[in-house]
Amino acid sequence: MSPAPLATAPAPGAPAVEVSDLKVHFTQRRGLRGTRITKAVDGVSFTLARGETLGVAGESGSGKSTIARALVQIHRPTSGAMTVGGTNAVALKGSALRAYRRRMQMVYQDPYDSLDPRMNVLKAIGEGLSVRGVARAEHRAQATELLERVNLPASLLTRFPAQLSGGQRQRVSIARALAVKPEVIVCDEAVAALDVSIRAQILNLLKDIQADSQISYLFISHDLSTLRFLADRVAIMYLGRIVEYGTSAEVFDAPQHPYTKALIAAIPEVTTGRHGPRPALAGEPPDPAQPPSGCPFHPRCPIAQDQCRTVVPQLRLKTTGQLAACHLAPDRADDPTQAKSIQGAAR
Amino acid sequence: MSGPIMATPVIEPVSAEPVAVSDPHFLRLAWGSLKSNPVAFVSVVIVLVLAIVAVFAPLLAPHNPLHAYPDGLTAKGAPISPGHRGFLLGTDPNGRDILSRLIFGARVSLLVGVVATGLASLIGVAVGTVAGYMGGIVDSVLMRFTDVVLSFPLLLFCIALIAVTGPSTRNVVLVIAFGYWTYLARIVRGLVLSLKEREFVTAAKTLGTPDITILRRHILPHLMPAIIVYGTLGIASSIMIEASLSYLGIGVPLPQASWGQMISQGQQYFQTAPWLLIIPGVCLIVCVLAFNLAGDWLTDLLDPVQRATGERGA
Repeated sequence: MSPAPLATAPAPGAPAVEVSDLKVHFTQRRGLRGTRITKAVDGVSFTLARGETLGVAGESGSGKSTIARALVQIHRPTSGAMTVGGTNAVALKGSALRAYRRRMQMVYQDPYDSLDPRMNVLKAIGEGLSVRGVARAEHRAQATELLERVNLPASLLTRFPAQLSGGQRQRVSIARALAVKPEVIVCDEAVAALDVSIRAQILNLLKDIQADSQISYLFISHDLSTLRFLADRVAIMYLGRIVEYGTSAEVFDAPQHPYTKALIAAIPEVTTGRHGPRPALAGEPPDPAQPPSGCPFHPRCPIAQDQCRTVVPQLRLKTTGQLAACHLAPDRADDPTQAKSIQGAAR
Repeated sequence: MSGPIMATPVIEPVSAEPVAVSDPHFLRLAWGSLKSNPVAFVSVVIVLVLAIVAVFAPLLAPHNPLHAYPDGLTAKGAPISPGHRGFLLGTDPNGRDILSRLIFGARVSLLVGVVATGLASLIGVAVGTVAGYMGGIVDSVLMRFTDVVLSFPLLLFCIALIAVTGPSTRNVVLVIAFGYWTYLARIVRGLVLSLKEREFVTAAKTLGTPDITILRRHILPHLMPAIIVYGTLGIASSIMIEASLSYLGIGVPLPQASWGQMISQGQQYFQTAPWLLIIPGVCLIVCVLAFNLAGDWLTDLLDPVQRATGERGA
């Protein structure tokens, strides 16, 4: 394997990742009863700038992990466009796909399953180095450097995952992803399985790495307090769609969508001292194969009205500055988008 | 066809990771673990002794295994019991020396057992891995073919094939291998199906590791325990199938000796000359047990997680 040169670096300020109208549908055959289409991700658009962190939140089944898996091409998108550093990322195959994957790495939720139990730390990190074409003789030196970067001692190189703690494993996962020198790291619930104290360490580590190397993160989490700490911008997902999208301050300080409000209300620290009734979120998210009519959130929405049951709300620029898909939140009068395209408005 | 018969050929083709068997470091490691594990030690010694006996059969056998000795039968024409007239383990109803037949029989039985199982493992692992990993149409085609082969009773299948190809040691080996790979293909496919959903395989894919490397570095090492366990069991089964074929007169051609054929012959004289059955029977049991236990030990030895932590890796 020779070190293939990466595509020309994108112009400064250009988005590292641009996703528009991404759809990932899963078709399930049910014998004679026909097929059942689950719209796990249904028309999602966002951009991610270099050195920026986009947080994606939502309940289980909201499609947030599917976005991550579509971005690293584990799931093939049904339709839509994805560009990474200006390169189209849809419909890649073979070596082009492998070259693409090098620019986009993933850190997984389960630190116990994402490392091969039969490979020691050196080999795990070495796998990333091999992909980049680093000669085997240099693996030890470079792996030691990478371990240093994630604050682990070089003495762990010969250890197997079973000999490491959860936090250490997650650091090794991060080192393995960094070994490929990616532009973007997708963190799929990367700290959800860790103790709170370890979680803070890993989040700080991720921030430090970003400050050093201008890596972008797509950070997926169901835990809003994690996102508030880490994310520059936040997308809230419900049933395969983004329902609210804005800067961290906009979304957390003045949430516009009732779903976002309910999620925020569920974090005790954030609601302390808040006045007024806390919207309680009842029930389960609906079946994504049979979404409700109108606003997909209306069956659980505490303030739903008639139009919510029939008309699907689009993402609109709200008075508070972010985009939200709710009829009842007031639109900003001079909304320059007014249409579905949100790419420009979101920046 | 009396090539080197040893315990290792069964696993050599697939054990490139994580430690090469030829690595001197590996040999030191193996010796260290044998010293602390008496059961494995005895098993490995038995396997090695069997291998030596099979290879050097002509030098070790006290008599000609095929010759019917005139003094090998009593005046009434009955076989000599063990320890008489210079026949250490007695003679068979034809007046042939049992010990010599046993020694030469080890050749045939081990050859059939090890080579047939080795071949079957190679085919089975290849088919199972490709089917499980690639999925889709490739999986369907390979597995339906496997099912077809599997749906024949194994013995009947072998009999039919031998009837076509004609009995010879080589054909017996090939036929058993061709009938037997299906079991491993099924097992391996199932394992690969679950392994490829493991997050570390997904992680390797997203790193950009080529599929062939993923198979070699992440999938095959995890299959090793199953392959070794199956392989050692398969050696026993192959020897038994060879015995059945010999019993039906279509195994290793007479008058060549094999353990299975000695057992089936001895069975007829069990009441008057029980040693005819007991001696080759005990040899078979000891051989099978030794291969099994040695296989167990090898599984542990090839597991880097267990070497490092003392607990078995997933």
